Parts: sequence; C-alpha cells; structure tokens
Amino acid sequence: MPVTSISKSRVQAEAARLKAYFESQGALGVETDILLPAEVLLDLYGEDIRHRAYVTSDPARGEMMLRPDFTVPVVQMHMDSGADPARYTYAGEVFRKQDDMLDRDPEYIQVGYEVFDGNNPAAADAEVFALFSNVLAPLGLRAATGDIGILMAAVRGLNTTQARRNALLRHIWRPRRFRSLMNRFSDKGTEIREENFARVRANMAAQNAPAIGLRTETEILDRVMALSTDASEKPISSGEIELLNDILSLKETLPNVLSALRDIAVDMEAILPAVNQLRARVDALDARGVDVENLEFETSYGRTSMEYYDGFVFGFYAEGRADLPPVATGGRYDALCSVLGQGRSIPAVGGVMRPAMILAVQEDVL
Amino acid sequence: MTIKLGIPSKGRLMDKTFDWFAARGITLKQTGAEREYSGVVEGMEGIELVLLSASEIPRELAAGRIHLGVTGSDLVRDKLVGWDRKLGELAPMGFGHADLIIAVPKAWVDVDTLDDLDAAAAAFRARHGFRMRIATKYHHLVHEFLKAHGVADYQLVDSQGATEGTVKNLTAEAVADITSTGDTLRANHLKVLSGEPVHKSQATLFKSRTAPWLDEDRLVMSELKNKLELGD
Repeated sequence: MPVTSISKSRVQAEAARLKAYFESQGALGVETDILLPAEVLLDLYGEDIRHRAYVTSDPARGEMMLRPDFTVPVVQMHMDSGADPARYTYAGEVFRKQDDMLDRDPEYIQVGYEVFDGNNPAAADAEVFALFSNVLAPLGLRAATGDIGILMAAVRGLNTTQARRNALLRHIWRPRRFRSLMNRFSDKGTEIREENFARVRANMAAQNAPAIGLRTETEILDRVMALSTDASEKPISSGEIELLNDILSLKETLPNVLSALRDIAVDMEAILPAVNQLRARVDALDARGVDVENLEFETSYGRTSMEYYDGFVFGFYAEGRADLPPVATGGRYDALCSVLGQGRSIPAVGGVMRPAMILAVQEDVL
Repeated sequence: MTIKLGIPSKGRLMDKTFDWFAARGITLKQTGAEREYSGVVEGMEGIELVLLSASEIPRELAAGRIHLGVTGSDLVRDKLVGWDRKLGELAPMGFGHADLIIAVPKAWVDVDTLDDLDAAAAAFRARHGFRMRIATKYHHLVHEFLKAHGVADYQLVDSQGATEGTVKNLTAEAVADITSTGDTLRANHLKVLSGEPVHKSQATLFKSRTAPWLDEDRLVMSELKNKLELGD
C-alpha cells in the first residue's frame, strides 16, 4: 500500500536524518542524476528493468531512464573518482512501475550506504549490516540473511563440464530454471538430453530453409555440437545433486547453518573458501555486537529479488507483513562492479532503506 | 442513462460480432453510410452502440467510458496492467482465434523450445555483445511469459507491423506475434516454438468495472445477461 498518510516532507526529513547518520559514520554524501542513459542499465539488468523503469527518449541522447536505483550511478561515480577505499551515502527518489503490485508507490525515497573496500570483505559486510541493524533496532524488524556465494561456489565445484557449470551459474537468480537444469544434467535427465539431440539431428536432416538473420550457421553448429556433447556426457552424480539440494534447502540460525555447511564441505571441498568467508563474516558481525546466535540465514535468500548480488545478502522486514516491501535490503555486488569497471575489480557491498516504511512502522500506520 | 456497448468498427471482427449478437436475439446495426461509425441496437432498450477501433476498446473499458466491449483477449491482457481489476470477462465469443507465439528462423535446427531459445540467447549475447532481439508489439505479454519461463539474455524491440520481416532485415533475431494460420511465418522462413503459445486469443465480451453502473443500468445488464444466456 502507498504509505499515503505520511507526508513527503516528513519522509524527506527522515531521509536527511538517516543520511546524516551515515555521514557521521564516515560516509561521504553524494548526489547522482535522476535522468540516466538507459543503455548501461538495460544491458546490465535486461528486460526486467525496462519493464519496471520509466523509459523515455531524447532525440539527441537516445533512450533515457528515470533513476530505478542508485547502485549503477554511484558505482560509476566511484570509478571516475578513483578513491579507494571509499564509503558513500545518498538520499533521493527512485522510480519503478509496480505492475504486479499496483498498490505500491511507483516513486519513493531511498537512503543508501555503499562501501568500496577490498581489504577485508567480511568486515565490510559486517559493517554495513551492523549500521543498518543499529538504525532499525527500535522498529523490532525481522532480519533475513543469505549468501549467494555459497551456491555459486558449489556450482563452480561440480564435477561436470564447464558448459553445464556455466548454464547453472547463469540461472542462479532464476530458481525455476536452475531446478530444471539440475534435473536435466542429472541421471533423471539423461533421456531428455538424448531426445534433445535426436530432435536436432532430425531437424538437420529435414532442413532446407535459407539462412536468415544475424545468427550464423557456425553459431548454430556450435550449439548442435554442445547438445551432442551434453547428450553423451555422464550425468552429474546423484551424490552431488543431493549435496546441492541440501545447500539449497538450508534455512536455520547462523551457527546451525555454519555447522551444516561444514559437514557438507567434507564431501564438497569446493565450498570451503565460501564457508570460511561466511565464518569470518559471522565473527565480524559478532565483534560488532550483532546477535549472530539468533540471526536467520537462508541459502536461497535473495535469489529471486536481488539479481546483481553475488555474495552476502540481507533484508529487514516488518514482522508478519509479507505483503509489504522490505524496510531495507542490501548485499555484496562484486561482479556488477567488475562488469561496470570492464574487468577492474572493485569489491563493493551496500544497502538501501525506505524512510517512508520506517516512519510507517514507527507510527504503526500500516 | 444507457449502457454503452463498444464493438470493433470494421472488418470481419465487426461482422462476426453482429452475427454473435443476432444469434442471441439482439440486432446490432450500422446506421447511415457503410463507413459511418454510428450504430443502433434493436431488440433491447437501454443499450447504445459505440463503434471503435478494436485496439482502443481495452482503454475505453478501463477508463469506464463504455460499459461493455468486444475485443481480443490478447489486447486486453497486453494493454492493461492488472486488467482483471478493471475489467470482467463475460463471454468468450468463439471467433477471432489467434495465438500469440514466438517464432525463430527455420534454419535454426537447434532451437525448438524455450530451453533452446534461452541457451541460444546466452551464446548469441556472448558472441555479438548484445542481447538477442525479439521483435514484437506485445511487450507486456511476451515479457511476462519469458520471465515466468526463466529465459534470459534477450531484449524486446518494438515492431508495429511487418514483424515477420524483421529477421531478414537484421533488426531482430526472433519475433513474437499473433498468428492464426502461420502462412506469413512460413513465407518468411520462420517456425513457431513448440509448447504452449504465449497467449491463445479470441474475441471476448468484456464488462467494465470502472464505468458508472446506475440501478437502471444494472436492470438492463441483467436482462442482457438473460438474452445472452450468461451466468452471473
């Protein structure tokens, strides 16, 4: 629901207060444009962002977009500045069409805090979470955490072809397709893979259509070869599939998850570095006074809603109100930075909060 | 007050709509010259006929400027976000059948399914440096469909006509369009992906939930429902 009972000027005052808090913690306050060139965002996020962002066209500049989030412009600004390490905070409007949830506001104010610091990722993760946790503590919210990096490490360590690992990695953020790929590459999927290749061979025998379009014959043949290889390649072992399922279904308090993951790592060594990273984060959170004993962790958390996060992820929610947007979300997005930096690696973690939601929870007007 | 009924203003869709109502004892008639966009309803009091372009009927229904309207179910779903909050579906009318489908070059021997399309799109993007282009005018429906099926690395490019020609003209790699017979697709060396279409469309009688429904309008509506043998 639009938090209509709270005036925009009050939301702005709350945003200013939060931004001032982050500045007092050492962040540099920054501003970004509201009207952004669409191309970079479209290439990064694809059709989902075109569908949710307000896109307009400028005869001289091409397609432009009303700022759908701050991440990309802030990363770009950071790269131009060259400062390292750096901490930023910002506050301002973002614009997103709410096709699926018409009662949510298409324009709302976000306040964010971003850390570009590669020296100690676990400490940087903990720093962001702890600051958010401190700010939000009076509201009694439910905190959720996860780590996309664990699942990615498990996939990278699978004893199978690079093509299969890549296909699974590409669909980490689309659980349904990820699941169907897991099936296809497993013992159960052998028949499907053989049938796929047989179908394509039959197509080839019958093929008499002219080649049209940009996709070349070489590209088509490459894929035929890939299907052929995949059909004869041995399936991912049932043991590994079982371990993947165990990882996917983990939902526990942090200490329990850590011990479960250590057990899984006995059979799946590839996840050890990611598990050690998680342990280092737990220690860093603990050192900052976060109650890690009771903090929820879910391996699959953030897979559907946080497309560019590839490590630690977190969110804060009004208890018992799954219909409302989260009060705050955040996470680590190293890969996005490396795409925007054209290979230059800039480890980054950050988060955003919605001051209107904070006021609404405070005043219990939801 | 009267109930306003919007129907397509020309072509087969208009003729078939006239036939459909006539078979149920309601005569719709164009008045004046053949190309004049005005009409009357005979056999029932309290209904005013409004002739409109089929593509404008969803918008008019959503805005509540007409109470009832006949148009393709594809247009309603594509043009109106959250369509079922604003419109109610009264009766599928059994004509104007057309499927919204996704088609790729027939020469793509490796692509028959959405799985194939997704894999081909990944390789295409890696090779060409941009997302595979799908030409369509049904942006909303196609995006929702591809999202639900977890297809990635594509982009939709707008095509308001001659969509089947975009592949040959190198402005798209695949198309998403309405087809009833598939002749145009075949003539342009394209094939339809297997599996369920994006949407199976047909002419449908819709009711506006946003139009002003006065008591006397509701009386007319219930009489109309009886004649049309529609349940509640």
